[in-house]
Amino acid sequence: MKTLMILLATVLFFACDNVEKPESNDEDKGITSKEEFNDLSIFNITSEWTTQHNKQIEFKDLQGSVLAVVMVYTSCQTACPRLAADMRNIEKQVAEKGKENVKYVLVSIDPENDTPERLTQYGKEYQLEGDQWLFLRGTEETVREFANVVAVKYKQISPIDFSHSNIISVFDAEGVMQHQQEGLGVNNKETIEQIIELSN
Amino acid sequence: MLRYFTIAILFFFHLNLNGQDLEMLKIEGGVYIPLYGSQEEVQVEIESFYMDTKPVTHQEFAEFIKQYPQWSKENVKALFADASYLTKWTADGEVPKHLKNSPVNNVSWYAAKAYCECQDKRLPTTDEWEFAAKASENSIDAREDSLFNQKIVSGYEKPKTYLKEVGQSSPNYYGVYDLHGLVWEWVYDFNSIMITGESRSNNNTDANLFCAGGAVSANDLMNYAAFMRYAIRSSLKARNTMSNMGFRCVKDYDDELELNQ
Repeated sequence: MKTLMILLATVLFFACDNVEKPESNDEDKGITSKEEFNDLSIFNITSEWTTQHNKQIEFKDLQGSVLAVVMVYTSCQTACPRLAADMRNIEKQVAEKGKENVKYVLVSIDPENDTPERLTQYGKEYQLEGDQWLFLRGTEETVREFANVVAVKYKQISPIDFSHSNIISVFDAEGVMQHQQEGLGVNNKETIEQIIELSN
Repeated sequence: MLRYFTIAILFFFHLNLNGQDLEMLKIEGGVYIPLYGSQEEVQVEIESFYMDTKPVTHQEFAEFIKQYPQWSKENVKALFADASYLTKWTADGEVPKHLKNSPVNNVSWYAAKAYCECQDKRLPTTDEWEFAAKASENSIDAREDSLFNQKIVSGYEKPKTYLKEVGQSSPNYYGVYDLHGLVWEWVYDFNSIMITGESRSNNNTDANLFCAGGAVSANDLMNYAAFMRYAIRSSLKARNTMSNMGFRCVKDYDDELELNQ
């Protein structure tokens, strides 16, 4: 418990450190950094994430790629495998059109259990492997924040079970959300068309 | 380990010395049955925590913006707040004088979260908020008290209660003011889904889009006021702002802090 609190405290300080940055350049009237993103871009989120390859990244590192993003967790037995299948299906059809500047991002809603190793293993099991596949592990805090950006609702039901909404979101190369597909087993056609159009 | 705590405590007092209003009170933890629970675990255990005695005021939020100008009406990113963010404020961050001591409103979840974090606090969870809010002036759990419920509901019916000043009514059992009567308040996990069991029996989350959609999983349908709060929360997105939506912060409880107070 204590460790958890320290961890949480560290995250909180860190979160505040991030927003403190503009203090040093007051003359710029609080412009967050040299980089200016679209006001609606997810690149404005400054949290750090760990990939399945144990690499630290921020969303802005994904600039230039169209992103298809879904929130899952690896111990999920029902909805997530179907979401993973949806993502694989979307990736396949987009790739057939020769579109390569697309990244398929799976954000874990269970950062406690979904270690990079576990995410790598999950990618293997569901054939979500290759440079286009990205698994992200955050903290309880950053995951909650990101879920709010994509309007995914979730609640931990038991230590290994979450209830969550099933949404695949598409972001353009500037990080602005352009499309959302809601529900399980829905037709992916529109999502695929959107990705192809955005990656032109 | 101890070193980290010392740092945390120093930070706590550092804030205090900086003139931040740290009027918080301990809410003794316990077990309670929330309006919505999962079927397997109806009871929720709440650990003790500190809660702001009053909702954050315009004045306090104005001070926060001075320090963190990226949260001003002018600078805030559209990703983090909708168009009505701080709508009554002037562009240079001034609050109309008569509003200074009233609860800050038209703030997004992101802004509320940032405010609390920058004071080494956090937003309360839904369970924590509801746990503290079930106390009336003299009872720790007044949910069965029809007069208490009636008072809350009639408060929801009154127009423009967000213009009132904080701390003018009687405090509740814990000494906390205005959990009811002025504004709705943001909670950390406002976006928790209502339906349970990972939607096994119901893969269609659309039910969640409607106010009454989650009613089947409510444990106590008599609690109409709480039901309204759950409905409001589930209808919100984190960047939304409303004139009758404010917030307050909480903080984890630990013994060492109490010893030092």
